[in-house]
Amino acid sequence: MGEEELSVNELVELLGWNQPSVSKHLGVLKQVGLVKERRVGRQRMYRLNAERLKPIFEWVAPFEKIWSERFDRLDVVLEKMKKEQ
Amino acid sequence: MSTKNKTVVTAEPGKQELFITREFDAPRELVYKAHTDASLYAQWLGPHGYEIVLETFEPVSGGKYRYIHKDKEGNAYAFHGNFHTMSEDLMIQTFEFEGMPEPGHVTLDTMRLEKLPNDRTKITIHSVFQSVADRDGMVASGMESGVREGYERLDDLLAGMK
Repeated sequence: MGEEELSVNELVELLGWNQPSVSKHLGVLKQVGLVKERRVGRQRMYRLNAERLKPIFEWVAPFEKIWSERFDRLDVVLEKMKKEQ
Repeated sequence: MSTKNKTVVTAEPGKQELFITREFDAPRELVYKAHTDASLYAQWLGPHGYEIVLETFEPVSGGKYRYIHKDKEGNAYAFHGNFHTMSEDLMIQTFEFEGMPEPGHVTLDTMRLEKLPNDRTKITIHSVFQSVADRDGMVASGMESGVREGYERLDDLLAGMK
């Protein structure tokens, strides 16, 4: 979803799921505050609630960085191996 | 190296597991070899600034391993475990940090290596912990080491300012 605001139909198209399951997921995400809903005429528009996601992201980010740096070193090793082949 | 491949960690709240995914611009046999050849493995495993000693390394089904990270101050951190299944598409192993106050904090790691088109490889690691607290502790230890590395950088910076 990123920064964008999307309708249910747009999400159905994007995800390739059927409409009831998209609506069901959105309902749960709305309940826990991870997405925000806005009514535009007859349509409901959804976007991520970045505020709520921030603590989750901040919690995992340093651990993710350790693995990211480790795999970046593995990339270097793999490049060397490819050249030696 | 071509485009940067992103490492993604997924850890849902309240669960005993986490997932790590990453793609590599190298064929699967090379990714597997980099995990099972001691001299190659030692080149990328350890955190930056740590010396790594592979004391025992038997990367076959039923084998075991023990390695030690040593930092510049002479602190040593040892880890050990067993290789349960070792094959080019599936690696299952246990992992335990010996610095815990008591045993019973073992992780079961399953790594799948998937062939992608154009000689690329995707790996997915699924780690299962013995408790939610263990899982959260492991993720939080990243935060501590991030802070530690931050301080080390600050030390370097301050040393340069003297």
